[in-house]
Amino acid sequence: MESLRIPILKIGDVLIASIQVALHDASAVQFKDDLLQKISETKARGVIVDLTALDVVDSFIGRLIADIAAMAGLMGTRVVLTGLQPAVAITLVELGLELPRVLTALNLEKGLAMMQRLTEESSDGAI
Amino acid sequence: MAQSKATDIRSDLDIVIARTMARDMAKSLGFGAIDQARIATAVSELARNIFLYANTGTVAVREVERNGRKGIEIVCNDQGPGIADIDTVMQDGYTTSRGMGMGLPGAKRLMDDFVIESQPNIGTKVTCRKWRM
Repeated sequence: MESLRIPILKIGDVLIASIQVALHDASAVQFKDDLLQKISETKARGVIVDLTALDVVDSFIGRLIADIAAMAGLMGTRVVLTGLQPAVAITLVELGLELPRVLTALNLEKGLAMMQRLTEESSDGAI
Repeated sequence: MAQSKATDIRSDLDIVIARTMARDMAKSLGFGAIDQARIATAVSELARNIFLYANTGTVAVREVERNGRKGIEIVCNDQGPGIADIDTVMQDGYTTSRGMGMGLPGAKRLMDDFVIESQPNIGTKVTCRKWRM
């Protein structure tokens, strides 16, 4: 079966991907590849991944999200995760997956504000 | 009548089907949103183990009762390679594959009762339960 593609939108120099359906493993891996490719194509400075609609994040998806943040970081792009449901936050910590290196914000709006600060800081600091 | 349902695990799509089945039953048994997520996540970990290590197997969920308390029982069965040393695989961080080694210990933390029976080259059976508050 062909894996489902998650749409990745570009607004200014930020990419936004909102995951609206339960991801099976193949579509999650496809999403990671698509997102990194899109970062390279668009030279985006930030990526927001919105998980508001997800009611389950297991260790596979959790690890994949941590990988995406680390890989995008290597490419010079910040990743902010938004909209984690309370039940998802609780199960992730209980699973032992606290995602310590992943930036998060309560919702998409706060995520966008955070991204703006982050990208401004990095451009101020640029030589 | 007590509810019961089962599904085969043959592909990664079936992992999503199994956890949705478990969540739906947990919801109908009156579990709250957070316990529904715990149960669905535990099933996702266990079903993925079947898919990764045994390729195929089954996940069955049913309503159970003990001392007047309602609960949900999940039984995962496979005829895969089995686990030689259960104590080792229950350690956090132990993995033989692409995983992070939190599948089994993570699922155990999310559930109340958790039993693994396994024999090398015969298969593995994981039985776990969550009780309603």
